[in-house]
Amino acid sequence: MASRDDIKFLSNPNIGNKRKKYCRFRKFGIRYIDYKDPDFLLQFINEQGKILPRRISGNSLKYQRKVAIAIKRARHLALLPYVTDLLK
Amino acid sequence: MRHYEVTFIVDSVLSSDEIDATAKTYQDMLVNEGAEIVHNDAMGLRQLAYPIKRRTTGIYYCVEYKVESGDLISKIDLAMRRDERIMRSLVIKLDKYGVQYNEDKRAGKIGKAKRTLEKAEESKKKTSKTQVVAKTAAPKPKVKAPVAAATVTTPAPVTETLTASSEEE
Repeated sequence: MASRDDIKFLSNPNIGNKRKKYCRFRKFGIRYIDYKDPDFLLQFINEQGKILPRRISGNSLKYQRKVAIAIKRARHLALLPYVTDLLK
Repeated sequence: MRHYEVTFIVDSVLSSDEIDATAKTYQDMLVNEGAEIVHNDAMGLRQLAYPIKRRTTGIYYCVEYKVESGDLISKIDLAMRRDERIMRSLVIKLDKYGVQYNEDKRAGKIGKAKRTLEKAEESKKKTSKTQVVAKTAAPKPKVKAPVAAATVTTPAPVTETLTASSEEE
């Protein structure tokens, strides 16, 4: 079986290859982050409603600050929860 | 002129008249203080992410306005804090990108509105294309027929015209 031509690797060769993270705001030219759009902000919080760190989201420092401010504004207006479980 | 945006949540237990009246009082207040209202967006009834004063729903309003000086903001803020009909409020200053974003949003270039617009345009294009094809197909043979007959070097159009004319017949 191991000598079959169509099987080249025993395991997926892409495992362990890190995909390069990027700041989506810089890449797509988004200049303003709307605090009234909770569906968009949902991408930057975890299941408990915490803001994801930059090392996970990949945002540049400038836009991470803006994201954090937008999320905090949304929380104040009850568009996003302060604390929760099973948000996603 | 500085651009500001005030978002507030009105208690959903009130009657619709009272809700409208609340929104109206603050718009009038802004105008009386010398502000120019750019856009008044009634975001409507929404589920709150957490209960406020034992309410789970609220009616959201968002008013964008521009004014020379920011003196009225403290007044508006104080009035909203004192008002029992208003559950939450937030006044923010918009930077130039925020102003641009709101304009684009109103023009339907952003988000869900954009997607629906694009779909509508695509469907329009499709229908117009079919119409154009139908229009061009009909008159062509009449014009081309004598030319094709004169120049026998192009056999393809001849057959086309022939089939077209036969269809016409």
